[in-house]
Amino acid sequence: MSNTSEKPVGVIGAGNFGTVIANILALNRKVLLYTRDEQTASRIKSENQNRGYALHANVEPVHDLEQVARNCDVLFPMVPSAHFRAMMRQLSPYLQPYHILIHGTKGFDITLPQDQSLETLTKLSRQQVKTMSEVIQEESVVVRVGCLAGPNLAKELAQRQPGATVVASHFNEVIQIGKRLLRNDRFQVYENNDIVGVEIAGVLKNIIAIASGALSGLGYGENAKGLLISRGAVEMVYLGRALGGDLKAFLGVAGIGDLVTTCNSPMSRNFTVGYRLAKGEKLPDILADMTEVAEGINTVRIAKKCADHYKIRALITDRLYKVLFEGMTVEEALEFLMRYPLNADIDFI
Amino acid sequence: MELLEEKKNKNRKYEPILHGIPDWPVYQLSKNRKEFVELVTRQAVERIKILRPTRKQLIDELEATAYREQNRIKRNRWRVDPKDDSRFWLSVKNELIELSAKDPETTGTVVDTLLEKIVSRYANEIAGNFKPNSYRFTREVVKFWFQRLLNGARVKKFGAFFRNQYTLRDKIQIVGKVNMLRDLARKGTVVMVPTHFSNLDSILIGWVIHAVGLPAFIYGAGLNLFNIKIFAYFMNSLGAYKVDRRKKNLPYLETLKMYSNLAIQKGAHSLFFPGGTRSRSGLIEKQLKLGLLSTAIEAQRNLYQQTPEGEVRKIFVVPVTLNYNFVLEAPDLIEDYLQVKGQDKYFPEQDKYGSIELIRFMFKFFTKGSNISVSIGRGLDVMGNYVDDAGNSLDPQGRVIDTRGYFISNGSITDDKQREDEYTRMLSQRIVSEYHRINRVFASHLAAFVAFEMWQKKYPKLDLFSLLRLPEEDLELDYHEFRQNFKRVRKKIYELKEAGKVYHATHLKGKVDQVITLGIENVGIFHLKRPLLKNKKGNIITKDLTVLYYYHNRLVGYNLEQYI
Repeated sequence: MSNTSEKPVGVIGAGNFGTVIANILALNRKVLLYTRDEQTASRIKSENQNRGYALHANVEPVHDLEQVARNCDVLFPMVPSAHFRAMMRQLSPYLQPYHILIHGTKGFDITLPQDQSLETLTKLSRQQVKTMSEVIQEESVVVRVGCLAGPNLAKELAQRQPGATVVASHFNEVIQIGKRLLRNDRFQVYENNDIVGVEIAGVLKNIIAIASGALSGLGYGENAKGLLISRGAVEMVYLGRALGGDLKAFLGVAGIGDLVTTCNSPMSRNFTVGYRLAKGEKLPDILADMTEVAEGINTVRIAKKCADHYKIRALITDRLYKVLFEGMTVEEALEFLMRYPLNADIDFI
Repeated sequence: MELLEEKKNKNRKYEPILHGIPDWPVYQLSKNRKEFVELVTRQAVERIKILRPTRKQLIDELEATAYREQNRIKRNRWRVDPKDDSRFWLSVKNELIELSAKDPETTGTVVDTLLEKIVSRYANEIAGNFKPNSYRFTREVVKFWFQRLLNGARVKKFGAFFRNQYTLRDKIQIVGKVNMLRDLARKGTVVMVPTHFSNLDSILIGWVIHAVGLPAFIYGAGLNLFNIKIFAYFMNSLGAYKVDRRKKNLPYLETLKMYSNLAIQKGAHSLFFPGGTRSRSGLIEKQLKLGLLSTAIEAQRNLYQQTPEGEVRKIFVVPVTLNYNFVLEAPDLIEDYLQVKGQDKYFPEQDKYGSIELIRFMFKFFTKGSNISVSIGRGLDVMGNYVDDAGNSLDPQGRVIDTRGYFISNGSITDDKQREDEYTRMLSQRIVSEYHRINRVFASHLAAFVAFEMWQKKYPKLDLFSLLRLPEEDLELDYHEFRQNFKRVRKKIYELKEAGKVYHATHLKGKVDQVITLGIENVGIFHLKRPLLKNKKGNIITKDLTVLYYYHNRLVGYNLEQYI
C-alpha cells in the first residue's frame, strides 16, 4: 500500500490529533508535519516522538509553512479553532488553486464588531460564526476543502484500535483523495457531502459532553446518560439545521458516533468541566487549573447566542449557559429540564 | 434641481475596440456557420454517448426524446417551428420501433446515425445568423429613432426633431468598470451576466454593448421571441442564438450547452441572463440557472487542456445590473409571483394593459425624467476571483494566481463533472453577491422600500397577503414620520456604500425633501395606478400596494428593514 514515490502530504499542527493523523497518513505516503517553532521541530526529530507518540519513519517534522505548501498538494490543517484563522493568514500566501485542504478542527471561528466582545453580544448570526472550511475559503484561494470528523480519540487511534472517521466535502474528488490517504485495515473512512453539517455536528457535541460530565458528577447512571444523549442529539439537529447543516450529518459517524464517544470519555476536557461543576466548583476555579481551554465552554456561549438569534429551542444549551456563566447550579438546571413539558420524541423526520 | 442631476462626465463616447466587423468573433462564427454547426454536432454526440454509455440507455433516451417532442408538437405548436417537425419526429419514432425488436447491443451504427440526425437538427436550429448588414441597419435605425424621439420631445422649438442635442447617453447612464470591460474584451472572452427585470433588457443591453465600443455579443434568446417576425429580424442581426424552453430533453440541452461552450472557446463574447427569466418578485436574483453558466467554466477548462503550457485565452465573467425607476411589466410579474407564493390566499384582479400602453410608455420614457442606469461590475475569472485590468486573477490578498490550478488534480488537468458542477454553483453565488454590491439605489427604490416597510410595521399582525388586501383608505403615512425613516435608511445606505456593499445614484445625496419628491414622482412612474403619491395634506398614500411591494423588493437583502 506504500505510495512514497508520490508527493508528500502535509499536516499542519503537531498537537495530539495532528501527530496521530500524521502517523496514520504515513502508512500510505510521506508526511511533512508542521510545527510553529524550530526548536519543537528539531526536538521532535531528535527524540523521534511527540506528546508520547512515537513517530512513523515516513513523518518528517518541519517548521516552514512555505516548504510544506510547495512540496505538498494535499494539506491537513489540525490546529485549534482559536488559532485557525491566524494560521490560514500565514499559510495563504503560499497556497495555489491546485491545493486541497482537509481539516480536522472542531470549533467555530468568531468575527465580532470592533467594539464588541463575546460577553457583550446577546445574539450571534452566521455572519459572525464561521466553520473552519468557511475560514479556509475566506482567507485563501483554495476551494477544494474537506474536513474529517468522528469518534477519533487520539490515544485509541494511536494504539491502532478499530475506529472510523467521516471525510466530508462538496467535492467527490476531495473525499476520494481523503479516503485513499487515510484508510487502513484498522481505520474505516465514510463519505459525506454535507461538509458544513459534519463540521457543526463535531462542534455541537462538545456541549452535550459537558452535560454528560455533569450528570456523572451528580452520581447518576446509564438511564440518565441515555436520556441526555438522545435528547442532546435532537438539540444538535435543531441547532445544526439553523446553522446550515443537513439532518443526515447528525445521524452518522460524525454526529451520533462522536457524541456517544465523547459523552463516555471521562478523560476529555469537556467532560471534566461538567463533572467538576456538578461537584460544586465554579468555572473560574476549574479554568484556573486546566492547561488548555475546553472547546465546549466557548461552544456553549456561541450556540446559546445563535439559538437566540434564530429562535431555536435549545434547552440543554440554554441551561448549561446559565450554569457556566450565570451562577445556576447543576441541580437547578436538571430540575428545570426534567419538569419541562415536552412530549414529542422526534419531530424532525 | 441642479443637485439631482447625474454627473455628465461619465457619459462619454467610447471608440470601438475592433473597427472592422469582419474581425468580430461573432462574424467569424456566422461566416463559418456550416463548419461550426458540424463541430457542435460532433462534440455534442460524443458527450451524450459518455452520459449514456450503454446502447440500451441511449435508446431509452432517444425514445423519451421522441415521445416528448411528439407531445410538444401536439400540445404546443409555435409559428417558428419548422414545417417538417411532425414528419421528422414520426420517422424517428418509427425507426425506434424497428430497433426495439432487436437486442440493443446488436443495433450497431443505426442508433449512432439516429442520434447524429437529431443533434444536427437541434444544432442547426440553435445556431445564430449574424448578418453584418442588418446589424448595421438595425443599429442605425434604433439610434436614429431614439434620438428623434428624445430631441423632438425635449427641445421645444420648431425643427428640434432633427437636432442632436440629446442622445441616448443622457437617458441611459453607464457606470462602473467600463474601461476594464473594454480591456478584458481585448484580452480575452467576456461572458456578460446581467440581472433581468424587463423584456426591454435585451434591447437595452444590446445598445450598451455597442455604446461602450464592444463588438456584438452572442446571446441565447427565447425561441418564442422569434415568433414575431420583426423581433426575429432584430435578434438575428444581433448575434442571437435560439433557446427553446419547451425542449427539456437531454440531447437538446447538451447540444445547446455545447454550442455555447464552443462559441466561447472560439472567442465569441457572450451574454446570459443567468436568472433564466425575468425576476417575478422584483427581488435581485438569488438563484441562478446553472446550465449555461457551466459552459463558461467548461470552455475555460477545455482551453487549458488544449494548451498545456503558456498563455491561454481567458474567459471573464462580468456581472451587470440594470437599474430602473419603472418596469413596464411590474403589475403582471408581481401578480405571477404572488399567485405562486400565496396559492389560494391571493386573488388577482384582472386588469391587463394592451400594446397601446407600450407605445405610451416609450413616448413617456423619452419625454419625462425617468432615467435608466447600467452598472458594469468588476471582471471575475470563471472561479469568481476578481481580475486586474490585465486580466490576471487575484486572490483575496491581491496576489496574482493561475486559474489553471483549479482544474488540476495530482499534477494534471482532469475532466471532473461533479467538481465543475460545484464550481458553477460557487460562481453563481459569487455573481449574486456582486449584483448586490454593484446595484445602484435610486431615490424611487428607497421611497418604495421605506413606505412599504412602514406599512408593514403598522400592521404587524397581518401577513403579506392580508396586508395587500387592505383598502387604500387605510393606507396613509405621515410625511414627517416618513421623512425621518427615509433619512435614517439613506444614511445606512451611505454606510453600506462606504463598506463597498452597494452603490447609489448621485441624485440620492440631494436635500432630503427634494430626494423624496423625486423618488415619489419616479417610482413606477408610468403605471396607471401610481404606487406612491402625496395627498393634499402632504402625506404619503398609495394607489397600488402590490406594485409598491414589487419596487420595494429591490432593496430587500441588505438588512435595512431593522432601521424602520
